[in-house]
Amino acid sequence: MTPTASDTPAVPATLDVAAIRALFPALHQQVYGKPLVYLDNAATTQKPQVVIDALRHYYERDNANVHRGVHALSEKATAAFEGARKTVQRFLNARSEREIIFTRNATESINLVARAWGDSQLKADDEVLITALEHHSNIVPWQQACARTGAVLKVAPIDDAGDVVMDEFARLVSPRTKMVAVSHLSNALGTINPVEQMVALARSVGAAVLIDGSQAVYHMAVDVQALDPDFYVFTGHKVYGPTGIGVLYGREAVLNAMPPFMGGGDMISSVTFEKSEWNELPYKFEAGTPNIADAIVLAVAIEFVRSVGFEAIGTHEAALLDYGTRRLQEVPGLTLVGTAKRKASVLSFVMGDMHPHDIGTIVDREGVAIRTGHHCAQPVMDRFGIPATARASLAMYNTTDDIDALVHALGRVRQLLG
Amino acid sequence: MQDLHDLYQEVILDHNKRPRNFGPLPDATQSAKGHNPLCGDKLTLSLKIHDGRIEKVAFEGSGCAISKASASLMTDAVKGQTIDEAAHLFDLFHQMVTTPIDQPIDEDAVGKLAVLGGVREYPARVKCASLAWHTLKAALTNTAEPAKTE
Ligand SMILES: Cc1ncc(COP(=O)(O)O)c(C=O)c1O
Repeated sequence: MTPTASDTPAVPATLDVAAIRALFPALHQQVYGKPLVYLDNAATTQKPQVVIDALRHYYERDNANVHRGVHALSEKATAAFEGARKTVQRFLNARSEREIIFTRNATESINLVARAWGDSQLKADDEVLITALEHHSNIVPWQQACARTGAVLKVAPIDDAGDVVMDEFARLVSPRTKMVAVSHLSNALGTINPVEQMVALARSVGAAVLIDGSQAVYHMAVDVQALDPDFYVFTGHKVYGPTGIGVLYGREAVLNAMPPFMGGGDMISSVTFEKSEWNELPYKFEAGTPNIADAIVLAVAIEFVRSVGFEAIGTHEAALLDYGTRRLQEVPGLTLVGTAKRKASVLSFVMGDMHPHDIGTIVDREGVAIRTGHHCAQPVMDRFGIPATARASLAMYNTTDDIDALVHALGRVRQLLG
Repeated sequence: MQDLHDLYQEVILDHNKRPRNFGPLPDATQSAKGHNPLCGDKLTLSLKIHDGRIEKVAFEGSGCAISKASASLMTDAVKGQTIDEAAHLFDLFHQMVTTPIDQPIDEDAVGKLAVLGGVREYPARVKCASLAWHTLKAALTNTAEPAKTE
């Protein structure tokens, strides 16, 4: 399920990167008179033409509200929307489409769980276990849930490479642990967490598990039946889809036991002023008119990714990550932050006393888009004793030329600030 | 690279490498902390004010070249000024960095600080240049809250 040596096929699947690039219009432009080199994929990925076309097609031909009309367009929109749910179900290998809830983004998915599950399940002195490499969106909702319920937030530390210290993680799992919430792949460091082991540890004490797959789902195949968490979340805009759409996978029995998150239309089966009855899954958790267009277009993005295939994507990106790691280590004064044993996509670094913000501004004028800052993971920065890093992050359309352009631009940084 | 030199002028690079008035100020009468959450820049500004005049000023912290150079230039500029003069210079600086790019800045009014006018072309960096000044304002009014750039 993750690109490890054992499941790399004997003849590696190949990816025609030139052909892939041709499908992404935004890659073919200049910034400041230089060809754009887009290396900020962990923030959001560019969109293939099929995704852009699908959005336009929906509004030109199919636009209607779902689940309410008897007219032709409403039936078309409903069929496409529910078809999108099926696509997401197959993408994650969930048992049923009732387990797929559309949200706005990963952040909303986690908040939904922290509210609806957390407030009904957590009690004083229960514990929520996260890791030190979480994105703020998998920290803050749990802090808030703990503040509401009296539960206690525990944090498993990471080591100097950016790996979760699993002995410590195991030590922190106890009968008090009620929720283990971990990211699949770290956006700040690129670490792939040993989620199988984490799920097993959580299960051994009967704790629930949420996996934040925001960074994972566009680099590796995910099978929620094999992984078996209670919740798995991701955000559409990182998997080559539109913004404004996210997914919450939840095990059906767990979702059924949860109270609704928001109240309103669509999430009820009957309403009187005395009492409302909740709708069945997944609608119980989708109050109000959903983001119909972007859900449909997310499915198009997912089909696109599946057509390229995770074998080909994984092989290409792993080779590129190796190349990038090697090339960046040749840059005088550069230190990689995050050198975990299992990594994907992310090259976070610092360069002596040159501030990442200055690095970002200077390489931008060379056409190279990277992210600088704390990457919504301030505790990770604190762990390494740095205010920020510069981060290049890879997607299927990146090439060794992109890495070379970054290395060249870093030369300009040294020229100017060195 | 022409335009990058508008931002990273020699004076700025020099103040970044060798910041003036950098370090603690043991006999400070007031101080304030500034924080730019966007890039993690943090600085502490300390003032020794006597008879309404800034006798000594020093800053500590970490930040990008722009924020460090701006803090360094600011401390040089306000040293010896009265509180009112420093507050007025804050206004002039603020005016300069918010002047539209197609309009000239008033170099006479801001003197040496004019080298920071280049940030106007880099909207994401204006806050880096302003952090020290917002912290100064906080230190002058001695507020306990860390200064923010917005
Ligand atoms: C690991 C991780 N979790 C959560 C998120 C939040 O995604 P969104 O802002 O789309 O909710 C991100 C993206 O920034 C991320 O990288």
